[in-house]
Amino acid sequence: MVVFNNWQFIGLVLLTGLSFVRSSIDADEATIAVASNFSAAAQQLAADFENKSGHKVNLVFGSSGRFYAQISNAAPFDVFLSADQQKPLALVENELAIKDSLFTYARGALVLWSADSEKVNNSADVLRSNSFNKIAIANPRLAPYGIAANEVIERLGLSNDLSKKMVLGENIVQTYQFVATENAELGLVAYSQVFFTGQLSAGSVWIVPEELYDPIRQDAVLLNRGQSNKAASAFLEFVKSPEGETTIQSFGYRTGEP
Amino acid sequence: MFSEGDVTAIFLTLRLATTVTLILLVLGAPLAWWLARTNSRLKGPIGALVALPLVLPPTVLGFYLLLTLGPNGPIGQVTQSLDLGTLAFSYSGLVIGSVLYSLPFVVQPLQNAFEAIGDRPLEVAATLGATPIDRYFSIAIPMAKPGFFTAAILGFAHTVGEFGVVLMIGGNIPGETRVVSVQIYDHVEALAYDEANRLALLMIVFSFLVLLSVYGFRKKSQRQILSFGS
Repeated sequence: MVVFNNWQFIGLVLLTGLSFVRSSIDADEATIAVASNFSAAAQQLAADFENKSGHKVNLVFGSSGRFYAQISNAAPFDVFLSADQQKPLALVENELAIKDSLFTYARGALVLWSADSEKVNNSADVLRSNSFNKIAIANPRLAPYGIAANEVIERLGLSNDLSKKMVLGENIVQTYQFVATENAELGLVAYSQVFFTGQLSAGSVWIVPEELYDPIRQDAVLLNRGQSNKAASAFLEFVKSPEGETTIQSFGYRTGEP
Repeated sequence: MFSEGDVTAIFLTLRLATTVTLILLVLGAPLAWWLARTNSRLKGPIGALVALPLVLPPTVLGFYLLLTLGPNGPIGQVTQSLDLGTLAFSYSGLVIGSVLYSLPFVVQPLQNAFEAIGDRPLEVAATLGATPIDRYFSIAIPMAKPGFFTAAILGFAHTVGEFGVVLMIGGNIPGETRVVSVQIYDHVEALAYDEANRLALLMIVFSFLVLLSVYGFRKKSQRQILSFGS
């Protein structure tokens, strides 16, 4: 057994204490609230960021509306990656987030997708046929992807034809689930949900042309709580960096200005 | 005070809860009777199955319903072969989900009520020549009346309060699957806190009154039982 005398013991305590102080100077820990549609990309970003910086980030996934409500009630988040622009902006206006930190980290792309590999023939034709039971879209009142889906249907002049066949997911993740389980034969879902590194994972798809909907911008913001957290601001810088953008693109989002 | 959408949701919820309660009373009573009287080795497993929705997260139930009701699931295959299409995103699908979800809230009070009758009245009826079916309809059901009351109220209230299952299989269709709890969720998510508040308050008042009536009734019926004894 190792026996310390008093001085050695005090030294040991100081060293242990110092190492804690040191690590908290160099490496911070940040909690990031992430819109659930971005969860896969965020996990990759977080892993790369942790390797590179030595900081630690904890990701929490959920709906942007709920995050907004929680942040307004002092939830312990440092950064918010929203699914839209409205909520980060509202947080800035309510002085809960830092105005200068606001930026668009990704633009979502919309696809018409079916789990059936024969259903969609790379065009909007199937929407004009009567050969499907339901079409799932995200709820336009809640989700930016839903607003975009509505725009697509309107600009194709199909609002009346499709209104009886429409089912609404609470968010784009649930919308995808409705189509993946084939309860809805068609759905307007996120490109990032059905393409992995450029390959269609299953079923059949039509990539909706960008002129059929306004850009689906997803904004990030530094929250008041993360203001002096080094990990939080470094993570946002990493998301903005060319390396971060490449990762984000590989998950099926667009970056930069349209 | 309430928007048109809210009113539609309120009436849909009441309609759903009424339908589900009636179905559950009809199906749940024989099941509860069997559970109360049987010595079968299946009593434990069946009782546990009935109680499962009490402990399972509604999302689990909803997720499996989505899979079983879907075109490749067992129920989906049956409904498709009957030309009914699939049941997700429909009122009928919601009824099925709610019946499963609220099952223990109806079966358990009924089972307790049937067990409380004891063997004696039934044995007496049997010696007087009552068949098992006779005994069920003319002894068990009338004697278990307080149990039926509690079961109906709890089944109804629990269906009104249902959220997770509906969210998973509903598809949020106005007048068809958009019930009050989903409407509240949507209001909150859309940051429409005033609308959310009004509906939520209505739910609290409703739930309180329901529970008050159950507890009030229990007290009364206990007094009656006591007065029989003394």
